[in-house]
Amino acid sequence: MKNKIVYTLFILIAAFALCNSFVIENPYFKITKKDVKLKIPKGFPKPIYSFKKNKLNPDVFVLGRKLFYDNLLSKDNSVSCGTCHQRIAAFAHIDHKLSHGIYAKIGTRNVPALQNLIWKDAYMWDGGVNNLEVQPINPITSPIEMDESLANVVLKLRANKEYVRLFNKAYKDTLINSERMLKALAQFTGLMITSNSKYDKYMRKQDTFSLAEKNGLQLFRAKCATCHKEPLFTDNSYRNNGIKIDTSLNDFGRGKLTEIEKDYKTFKVPGLRNVEMTYPYMHDGRFKKLKDVIEHYSNSANHDERADTLINKVGNLTAQQKKEILSFLLTLTDKEFLYDRRFADPNMLQ
Amino acid sequence: MKKRNIILVCFLLTFVSINAQNLSLSFNHFVNNQALKLDSSIYKNELGQTFTVSKLKYYVSNFHFKAVSGKDLFINETFLIDEDEEGSKKILLSKVPEGNYTSMDFIIGVDSLHNCSGAQSGALDPVNAMFWAWNTGYIFLKLEGRANTSLSPGHFFEYHIGGYKQPTNCIRKVSFDLGKNEKTITKEIKIKVNVLEILKTPNAIDFSKLSSVTDLKNATVIADNYKDMFELMPNEK
Repeated sequence: MKNKIVYTLFILIAAFALCNSFVIENPYFKITKKDVKLKIPKGFPKPIYSFKKNKLNPDVFVLGRKLFYDNLLSKDNSVSCGTCHQRIAAFAHIDHKLSHGIYAKIGTRNVPALQNLIWKDAYMWDGGVNNLEVQPINPITSPIEMDESLANVVLKLRANKEYVRLFNKAYKDTLINSERMLKALAQFTGLMITSNSKYDKYMRKQDTFSLAEKNGLQLFRAKCATCHKEPLFTDNSYRNNGIKIDTSLNDFGRGKLTEIEKDYKTFKVPGLRNVEMTYPYMHDGRFKKLKDVIEHYSNSANHDERADTLINKVGNLTAQQKKEILSFLLTLTDKEFLYDRRFADPNMLQ
Repeated sequence: MKKRNIILVCFLLTFVSINAQNLSLSFNHFVNNQALKLDSSIYKNELGQTFTVSKLKYYVSNFHFKAVSGKDLFINETFLIDEDEEGSKKILLSKVPEGNYTSMDFIIGVDSLHNCSGAQSGALDPVNAMFWAWNTGYIFLKLEGRANTSLSPGHFFEYHIGGYKQPTNCIRKVSFDLGKNEKTITKEIKIKVNVLEILKTPNAIDFSKLSSVTDLKNATVIADNYKDMFELMPNEK
């Protein structure tokens, strides 16, 4: 009789342990070595950010993913990176003009998309951040975003059993510090690479363009591509794109940072990949639709007096030209990227 | 044969370790000839304005010792000195080979490479609150306190100085002559740090006009001052 009880107990414990390990391993969220292999898309330049000192590893990536989607990063545990950087919007904030933060605060700039980040030489609309790894310190410590101190985030992580386990798994020891946390985030965001849009497939001769898309590409190359340079659709420069200053925001862009005259009212040229999904547009989100943006460039009478002279290349577009440019821009949508399971929020039930 | 090689290597290693030593550099904070006391002692600047000091933190890095033998010693480490952290004021440079060194130099601040290297730990961990997030870069020096003449709220003054790019580069090099007759490097080098120099030459700071420097604007005004704040202290025999 006694033996039987011990035996049953043993079976129960074993079954429980087995079940537990099954719960964690949902295949949709499983990250393998293959998932974190860096593949430079054909035709892309050499990345600027290097993973040499931040060796890609599935367990570090999983840690980065957990951090990216964790509200713990904010002071009152209410918002995560993923709150404003949504996968379906190429990690921009869909249908939000200005960034949202903690305590329902509203920021002063439009949330930029997170994609092809390792080809950027600087981050933020004004280029103030010089390395992908230190970028997250900004939203974490900004009083209108997450309003938390980096030191406190590290303390919260150290006190959290799940993070103790994940850091240990990723780094093979128990040390939890800001460097490891930031490097894990950089692995997660650095691998957000989009290169499988219709445009890419057309370039690789795996797909065809309609006449409108072809004409649109030609127009785009003649009028827009100096700043929105292929294949990343940005030349990583800072320019005044002709929109007049919103006097309620008085955002002088890069000039405020560098204190150099020529930088006043300039902002980083954003890459246009997945532009269909990153609405609204411009650094302050003033344009709701892509057609508004095209209209803006075409209408030179309304441009700011310090507008970059290159935007005159656009000239007055005919209705047909506008349509064609728009159909080309829609070919930059990369559904494989927008639905890439590696970047999904692991807290969501599928 | 193999065994003999191992013994030889061991012997050489012992030999090397005997001839290398730990060198400590101590940073002793003063206001002219008074030892710095946070929050309590009252000092006067060049213009006769009174003030107290509540915080003094700064980075020193990239030590270089010029050797007579030509085998100069480079120690590319960064240290954060904080008046409020007793242990931080004495730094240890390990494995300094014995030799005849004629001069020593280092920089106040963090070199451009380490300003661009992403996430780092130790002295360069951003949790030390010596880091600008929105315009990436380390704050090389923080001097904070109160002065009645300051027009800022609470009569505070705050100088947070950083910037590694021209024209607002605030990295400053400090050099000391160690004396030609110095046979070997001493085990401790004492450095006097005169806080008043941060407010003095070439730019005498008027608290009523400049009580806050927290970005690149006016940063070099203070940097040009702090480059002269160090001097060697005589070693007690």
